[in-house]
Amino acid sequence: MEHHLILRVVTKLLVGTIILFAFYVQFHGDFSPGGGFQAGVIMAVAFILYGLVFGLDAVQQVFPPWIVHKLVALGVLVYAGTGIWNMVLGYEFLHYGSLNPHHMSHGQHTGIIWVEAGVGITVTGVMIAIFYAFAGRAPRLGDDDW
Amino acid sequence: MTETIINVILFTMLVTTAFAIVRMTRLFAVVMLSGVFSLLTAMLFVTLDAVDVAFTEAAVGAGISTVLMLGTIALTSRSTKPSTRSNALPLLLVTLTGAVLVYGTLDMPTFGDPNAPAQTHLAPHYLNESITEIDVPNVVTSILASYRGFDTLGETAVVFAAGIGVLLILSGLRRRREEEEEDES
Repeated sequence: MEHHLILRVVTKLLVGTIILFAFYVQFHGDFSPGGGFQAGVIMAVAFILYGLVFGLDAVQQVFPPWIVHKLVALGVLVYAGTGIWNMVLGYEFLHYGSLNPHHMSHGQHTGIIWVEAGVGITVTGVMIAIFYAFAGRAPRLGDDDW
Repeated sequence: MTETIINVILFTMLVTTAFAIVRMTRLFAVVMLSGVFSLLTAMLFVTLDAVDVAFTEAAVGAGISTVLMLGTIALTSRSTKPSTRSNALPLLLVTLTGAVLVYGTLDMPTFGDPNAPAQTHLAPHYLNESITEIDVPNVVTSILASYRGFDTLGETAVVFAAGIGVLLILSGLRRRREEEEEDES
């Protein structure tokens, strides 16, 4: 894609905005539509777009595969870890109220932010990992091959 | 009235897209049209006030899966082989399945019925109590992450398992090991 000047410039402008929007969707999911699943996908899209336009090597320098693979598992661990932390505090698994026993609803809010973060991390990791897996195998296609 | 018109237009476009997908042989166009299909579905979800679902459909269906399908056809072939068999049996099967599905909806409560079991069982509790119990204005988030936190943990685990599965099949770890063995020998 080296000769697509417009695509490259627009991509550079868009990637930052997409990442910012992903964080907005992630952390504003309590108040508006959105949450971990959507935010994870949008975050992954930023890197996939970068990879599509600038090539797999460029994006893997920014976000190396070994980090992506760790993220895939980290998200599930954050989610389950929140539940186990609730148990350590003496409540049921995933009873977020335990995070703030004097003000259960605030604890719920905190717990939701943690589990949504876990969801977001796993989804980001899985989407980018699948993209790397596909893109790493494909022979480079020219514009006319499609 | 306006909503009916919008629904009819959206459904017409949806069916047209589906027919176009069936008729096409160039897979690049098919992938693009399935993205369009997802986007139209997302718009239908918006008219149903299910913005969270619409968001997911637009991001996953129209966004990521389009890219992944493009990745797949880059690995395989760019056009379908013309079918040599007769289409009569598949057509009969699809028509029968569709008829059974439509028959199944006859027993369902009408759309928006306030007395439907879905509206009377737990939904009032979620809608009335979630702001005091969870302190999160978006009810969808409080149901998804707190009331149904266990389900969502399961969903995350499914995403994890799916990712690991694809990685094991496609990542080329085995290929790398074989190359290393070749280097050693």
